[in-house]
Amino acid sequence: MDVRILYGSLFLILPLLAFVIQIFVGNRLPRKGDWVSIGAVLLTLCIAIAMFAVMLVYDDPHFKVDKSIEWFNLGSWTVEIGMLIDNITIVMLLVVAVVSGLVHIYSVGYMAGDPRYSRYFGYLSLFTFSMNGIVLSNNLFSIYMFWELVGLSSYLLIGFWFEKDSAADAGKKAFLVNRIGDIGMFIGILLFFTGTGSFLFTDLFEGVANGALSGSLLTIAGICIFLGAVGKSAQFPLHVWLPDAMEGPTPVSALIHAATMVAAGVYLIVRLFPIFTVDALTVIAYVGGFTALFSAIIAVTQNDIKRVLAYSTVSQLGYMVLAVGTGAYVAGLFHLVTHAAFKAGLFFCSGSVIHAMHHAYHKLNDHESDPQDLRNMGGFKDKMKITYTTMLIATLAISGVPFMSGFLSKDAILAGTLAFAQHHPEHSLLPVFGFGAAILTAFYMFRLIFMTFHGKPARREILDHIHESPSVMTTPLVILATLSIFIFYTLPFANPFSDHGWYMHLVEPVNSVVAGNPTAHEIEEGIHHAHLPAMIISLIVAGLGIFLAFLVYLRKRISAEKMAQRMGIMYKFSFNKFFMDEIYQKYLVNPSIIFSKAVGFLDWDLYDKYIINGFAWVTKRLSRIIGIKYDYDILDQKIVDGVGRSTHFFGAGLRLIQTGKLQNYLLWVLGGIIIIFIIQVM
Amino acid sequence: MDWNILSWLIWLPVVGMVAIALIPREKPEIIKIIAAVATGLQLWVVIMLWIQFDRGAVGFQFQEKLAWIPSFNIHYFLGVDGLSLPMALLTALLSFLGIFVSWKIDKAVKGYFALFLLLDTGMMGVFLSLDFFLFYVFWEVMLLPMYFLIGIWGGPQREYAAIKFFLYTLAGSVLMLVAMLALYFSCGRTFDMTQMIVLAPEALKGVTWWGLDTLKVIWIFLFITFAIKVPIFPFHTWLPLAHVEAPTAVSVILAGVLLKMGTYGLLRISYPMLPDGAVWFAGALAILALINIIWGALCALAQTDLKKLVAYSSINHMGYVLLGMAAVVAAGAQHGTNMTAAQAGMNGAVLQMFNHGTITAMLFILVGVVYDRAHHRDIDGFGGLGVKMPIYSGVVALAFFAGLGLPGLSGFIGEAMCFIGAFPVYKLIVIIATLGILLNASYFLWAYQRIFLGGLNEKYADIPEINGRELFTLVPLAVLVVLLGVYPAPVLNVMKVTMNYIIEIVQTSSLLAPH
Repeated sequence: MDVRILYGSLFLILPLLAFVIQIFVGNRLPRKGDWVSIGAVLLTLCIAIAMFAVMLVYDDPHFKVDKSIEWFNLGSWTVEIGMLIDNITIVMLLVVAVVSGLVHIYSVGYMAGDPRYSRYFGYLSLFTFSMNGIVLSNNLFSIYMFWELVGLSSYLLIGFWFEKDSAADAGKKAFLVNRIGDIGMFIGILLFFTGTGSFLFTDLFEGVANGALSGSLLTIAGICIFLGAVGKSAQFPLHVWLPDAMEGPTPVSALIHAATMVAAGVYLIVRLFPIFTVDALTVIAYVGGFTALFSAIIAVTQNDIKRVLAYSTVSQLGYMVLAVGTGAYVAGLFHLVTHAAFKAGLFFCSGSVIHAMHHAYHKLNDHESDPQDLRNMGGFKDKMKITYTTMLIATLAISGVPFMSGFLSKDAILAGTLAFAQHHPEHSLLPVFGFGAAILTAFYMFRLIFMTFHGKPARREILDHIHESPSVMTTPLVILATLSIFIFYTLPFANPFSDHGWYMHLVEPVNSVVAGNPTAHEIEEGIHHAHLPAMIISLIVAGLGIFLAFLVYLRKRISAEKMAQRMGIMYKFSFNKFFMDEIYQKYLVNPSIIFSKAVGFLDWDLYDKYIINGFAWVTKRLSRIIGIKYDYDILDQKIVDGVGRSTHFFGAGLRLIQTGKLQNYLLWVLGGIIIIFIIQVM
Repeated sequence: MDWNILSWLIWLPVVGMVAIALIPREKPEIIKIIAAVATGLQLWVVIMLWIQFDRGAVGFQFQEKLAWIPSFNIHYFLGVDGLSLPMALLTALLSFLGIFVSWKIDKAVKGYFALFLLLDTGMMGVFLSLDFFLFYVFWEVMLLPMYFLIGIWGGPQREYAAIKFFLYTLAGSVLMLVAMLALYFSCGRTFDMTQMIVLAPEALKGVTWWGLDTLKVIWIFLFITFAIKVPIFPFHTWLPLAHVEAPTAVSVILAGVLLKMGTYGLLRISYPMLPDGAVWFAGALAILALINIIWGALCALAQTDLKKLVAYSSINHMGYVLLGMAAVVAAGAQHGTNMTAAQAGMNGAVLQMFNHGTITAMLFILVGVVYDRAHHRDIDGFGGLGVKMPIYSGVVALAFFAGLGLPGLSGFIGEAMCFIGAFPVYKLIVIIATLGILLNASYFLWAYQRIFLGGLNEKYADIPEINGRELFTLVPLAVLVVLLGVYPAPVLNVMKVTMNYIIEIVQTSSLLAPH
């Protein structure tokens, strides 16, 4: 076996083993077994780092190991599953291992004392296992399997505190909304399989290149696959589950609902980029671009610290999807990587703040106030120095400020979008989405910072009880904030204004296999030319956003309330998330339930009760008529009993000859013989 | 085989039944132990059979043939192939576990276990018979114990449920009798299935009854018989009632084994003997499959009785089996001789039959567990049990997720194969049917939430956790659900040669010739 495949399988075996141990004996282990899960994930982190180092040393953009084994065969049909390890895989494995490892450690502090502590770690391991499975799959079938398994771990972790109805609801919602996308993906897989006869990526690419699927069928198949990404990466209109998913413990939000799982959709369309037609890519671009702006608008008015971050995540995922749609998928993946670090960092920081708020309210015996409400916060910056600094760094990164990782990746995406619009002026809306979202991102993120750490809290007393989180929680903060600095992504170079570095070198764009699509080189060229204007515009919009937030929330030169009033209906829509949940509830969920009740009624109370039982009723009626009227009155009483009566009559007569005297019988026998004799003779 | 392994399989439970008859009724423990030993031995024999079965051979193995009623050319003829072996294993496994599920029965213990064993013999006989008449006899034998098991040991509406089940099935049996006799005379007076498969397609060519194709009439008669068992919409309404009223172990057998007889009959008798009928009816079958999937799922979503929900979920899940079976026509030249699709569909159908058997058995056992404690099954009458019963809620989660087709558990793979198989021929139907996946998830997750999540219903503050005996009945099924979900090859390897052979028979149908 290839040794790299062996290492790859460890990414699956170790977390899976940890999951099994935690579920069955976790509670009986010392420290409730948290070290089992942590050990497993840290081992995978070590392997990931080693693989990453080897990748840097090898310096081979075309490195690829692709091995399959037979899973089952039915004669004509052999299903193979296997593992694909290339530079993208290695980068993804490292991202997952780093974030997952930090989340495990952070959780030791955050989840301390929870009654289901060991199960929590078991679920984290299950997630790590399934996520690594997605990343390592070389075929659509196993990717779909792991895809649903991350959905399962997401369900379990969102609803981890299932005693709360809101958490249980959110878990169910996440699973079902994702399933809608997954059905699309499944149909896409069926279309590709029917066309190419295989699930393997390599066969798929070859098949599409040879025209096994083409034209509108290929477009539809691509869009179906993309639906899976729409669900998992929370793109409009299936984004509604992600904000609710914040019901889960905050480290889970950081790991699954910000950094890794939600990015799986982006990963999927990056992996399958070569088979999307131009039309499919255009759809992808619009969905991504619209999502980016749409959810940024919502984020501006939210008051729950985690909800702001959730909508921000939806928006950033929209960016990545937009990048893939415009062909700049390398940039999209780049943003996935940088986003994983700073968004996980932001969630950790919010967790640290919520932790402190909880503690403070607990001390004040206040069980009414919402510890996650930004309006209750303020002025924490001196009390929580590490949290403040790290959150500020991550915020700078997400806002796209130079010297930060987010600046590089966002700029690459915006350049791609701009280049796309330059080639296709009819799609000029796309960069508007992109830059519009950028200005809002800077605005709402600094609004969050100012409301949390500057100014004054709603209740002054809480400041006395606010304190920095323990080091098991702050250390991951520092690490993630550090990873938000540009240098880690541009080495061996150190130009903060250019994404030129190991990533861009090792993750090379590949050509589409669809005839007529632009080549990777053409896309590259376009992006290169759009680079400078994109950078200038994005610097301006980021600055504008930050400045606006500064005026409104720090200097209070502009009143937020007045602005809200002036925006009127727009504010109302944004604050109420464009009423998407209400629309779904009213026009989709409720009718479905009513419809199912109607079908159930039809089945049981109408069809069975009247039609099926009707047969029985008719039969019974018929039988009564036949059985009593004809059978008894006529057949039995008249005919059958008539036969009986006549028998009785004749019997009564014949009885007379039965005398019991032997001589009489002999006489009858003799008479009989004589009669037979006469007949014979005649 | 020297030691008549198949006869042992069939008659071991009867031996147990006779032994039970000799035990005085005051010793219920001994009666239960005898029942457990008889079914345990049966399970052991079927495992031996599983090991010795030649996976590469076409045709029936371990055949036994004795003249039974020579004047009518009726034989005691047994044999096993890749289609019947998984069903035999399922029967033996669920019967064995069913004994332990029934351990708490205290009403007329002797009668209950004697009838349960008789039922076991009837089911095993159906799956192993190669003589149509013998098949019919076992089919009827099964009815009797089932009638009494529901009618005596069932719930409040037991008598109504029992008579409904009985009449429904009997109506089917009458049609089967007619079809069987028609085939018997057409094939030159033989009940030998191996012969009939060869003779029937030729014999029925061009024959008409009163202007109707005899073949189609026979097909429809057999189809209705089997459709009642599956059950296929609109012949399904006996099922929710019978499942709900039956005692737990009998529900397990009903859903786990009896439903499979419908699809087994179609695959064993209708498909090979009437390949033209199979092709002629495939489109209708696909539509009925779709109705089963959607209708069953919607009805399940509407239920407030947990057991009824599980019962309707069976209608939904058997729909996937039918969809896979309809895919057989993909092998025809008309559809580009797509062997991949045909094999995926047909093997997926049988795999789904087996997996549904284990999953639904788990579900019914689990419903029984909570019913024994709470004495009701109203989904809305629980709430928050997850806190009090972590192990139980974990096992239920496993069964529910298997039921909703989560990859990695056995419910997924058969379902997916049925979809993959049917897709090239019935694109639109499959696309609509995938909605069933969403509805599946909806009714299971919604029920799970209402029972286990949220705040604890104070009424159940000290509800006891699942006990060792109950876990013992669930663990083997759970292990199968996980193992076959990850690696389905062991079951597929047993069945594939047989299923591919059936595909080849259907493929010969003139209806599949290129235009």
